Amino acid sequence: MRRILAILLENEPGSLSRIVGLFSQRAFNIESLTVAPTEDESLSRITIATKGDDKVLEQIVKQVNKLIDVIKITDLTERSHVERELILIKVLAMNDKSRTEVKRITDIFRGSIIDIGKQVYTIQLTGDADKLNAFVKTLANETEIIESVRSGCVGIARGEKALRV
Amino acid sequence: MNTPLFTGAEMVVKALSALDVKYIFGYPGGTVLDIYDAIFQQDDFEHILVRHEQAATHMADGYSRATGDVGVVLATSGPGATNCITGIATAYMDSIPMVVLSGQVPTTLIGDDAFQETDIVGCSRPIVKHSFNCRKVEDIPNVIAKAFYIAKSGRPGPVVVELPKDILIPDNKAEYNIETNVQMRSYNPTKKGHPKQIKKAVKAITEAKKLVIYSGGGIVLADASELLTQLVETLNAPCTNTLMGLGGLAGTHKNFIGMLGMHGSLEANKAMANADVILALGARFDDRVTNNVKKFCPNATIVHVDIDPTSISKTINAHIPVVGLIDIVLQQIIDELDETGFLPDQEPLATWWEQINEWRAVKSVSYQQDDGKIKPQRVVEAMYKITNGEAYVCSDVGQHQMFAAQYYPFDKPRKWINSGGLGTMGFGLPAAMGVKLAFPDSHVICITGDGSIQMNIQELSTCLQYNLPVVIVTLNNRSLGMVRQWQDMVYGGRHSSSYMESIPDFVKLAEAYGHVGIQIDTLDELDSKLEQAFSIKNRLVFVDVCVDEKEHVYPMQIKYGAVDDMWVKKGVKA
Repeated sequence: MRRILAILLENEPGSLSRIVGLFSQRAFNIESLTVAPTEDESLSRITIATKGDDKVLEQIVKQVNKLIDVIKITDLTERSHVERELILIKVLAMNDKSRTEVKRITDIFRGSIIDIGKQVYTIQLTGDADKLNAFVKTLANETEIIESVRSGCVGIARGEKALRV
Repeated sequence: MNTPLFTGAEMVVKALSALDVKYIFGYPGGTVLDIYDAIFQQDDFEHILVRHEQAATHMADGYSRATGDVGVVLATSGPGATNCITGIATAYMDSIPMVVLSGQVPTTLIGDDAFQETDIVGCSRPIVKHSFNCRKVEDIPNVIAKAFYIAKSGRPGPVVVELPKDILIPDNKAEYNIETNVQMRSYNPTKKGHPKQIKKAVKAITEAKKLVIYSGGGIVLADASELLTQLVETLNAPCTNTLMGLGGLAGTHKNFIGMLGMHGSLEANKAMANADVILALGARFDDRVTNNVKKFCPNATIVHVDIDPTSISKTINAHIPVVGLIDIVLQQIIDELDETGFLPDQEPLATWWEQINEWRAVKSVSYQQDDGKIKPQRVVEAMYKITNGEAYVCSDVGQHQMFAAQYYPFDKPRKWINSGGLGTMGFGLPAAMGVKLAFPDSHVICITGDGSIQMNIQELSTCLQYNLPVVIVTLNNRSLGMVRQWQDMVYGGRHSSSYMESIPDFVKLAEAYGHVGIQIDTLDELDSKLEQAFSIKNRLVFVDVCVDEKEHVYPMQIKYGAVDDMWVKKGVKA
């Protein structure tokens, strides 16, 4: 089962490597991982998308919590939450037909074209993983994808619940 | 008035003194020479110069296991630091508090593949509780204080501190400030068990008809033996210890049913398999205990008390988990028993003991000594008699380790010192040296084999330099006994690389290092020569005992079986 874990930890050199090392050392799966400092620069927040049954997830949460740098970890998928991912994708847009079609698909998915080259469009889109997958698939049917980059998902709990010190 | 300024090297020494360090174990080299210079100019603690950094870690480890204090190691960058890896991993697996101070190349050179540069924090990451890249002179004292606090608190473990040369040198000075009362927002280990869980645990253990207390190294580390003994006696429960937990309950206590697991007693493993409630205290359901987890005690309710939540329900699902320091939780359980007046029913308890005594009567931990070669078990029994069971016994890894665990009952904790988790050959001698340093007036035995002793034999030189008269007893079977046993049992008797064709003359070797060597070849000279060895107080004695190379360690769990599926002796199933 897919889970999204949010981790708040000390923004120290090496703290990310401890998290990544732990996952590989204990053969836990990482589907995606994102990290950045928070508004309080002494803290980093990591979002990890992972897969595993309840027993594996329990170990992941406990093992991450055991790391000295980690302040809190929560499984966002346990309750109502918002999850978003960003994709930047560069596609071939050679003629009017493909340009129109790419623009139309982008509008339908509520993305935006953020750069134009002689023969390419670069598009930005945010959404959950499903939406991004659908977008990429639709584009691929219409034109050639030159390259793409995904941010990995970030997430936050709905309502009052918050992950903070 | 100006505030005095100190170099980083001086700060290291001052911080170690402030933390009451008595010994540090190490080996000098380029990046730590400033620290060595500062050590030279102080008298608060003594530095022990080893012959190999691995031995420094094991010495610090042995010292810590015997005293409970944090073991401290100092190594230079690069090879000095990487030589510590095995010792760090050994301490990590057995939860031993240790601080390893490692030199590093100057910050300006880090990442350039400089001479003797290794990313020791990266190398050691999976085998430390935590580590620090110290980068500023003024940070040194508090980083060291934090390292000690982390190493010792919660579930103890090793902490590595990397110190680049340019923050240690004389032209880089700062004010010295240290806060020994460490507070960290990201690290607050649990102390007390949750009251609701304590109530549940007490209910389960007093309603049990077939209770077993299964206690591990956590009892020893937390100095909770007396509380464990009190609980065992209050409940009149049978108690088994893990390899790491031996001495937690006295080996001669009437409620002690022996070690459990792979080479545990039949009664311990049978009791586990038949229990309706298992109270696990500071133990972690290691694979050498459980055998096949799918067949492990399917009918038992498991109450698991541990300081480390990751140990709970990792391999075996706990029905009643209790997270907390074992001594505090034990006191809570005892208090709850007092308050409620709950006690187990006497009738089923008596039946349970009758059953256990039947298993005991099999005498699964036994051997036959005929007129032929000396049996290794016989040597351990002889040592037990001579030392009145009061020695510190430091073991290497292999058959001799299991024989010592089976035939030397420990009545006190911290007396049995062995690498149980990692199984590090070469651990025994340096560990014994660390113990001897702490307890110079006690008998300290290094029980070892002809394989293990050669993995850190260079430390015989350190023993002479610091006058560490340990008694080394080698159960010499001219082969790697445990490997050979498995080859006999599982690999059709093909002794692939388990036979040593050129074993040194250990007596001459001991003498060459300035010690006393004693050779024992026959049974009739065993007791008298061992007595002679233990009567020599001021010199290290190396006793080389030629034992039966065909002897196997029994009892032994049958692979893939349940916890109580055992060979009690060659070809005989329980």
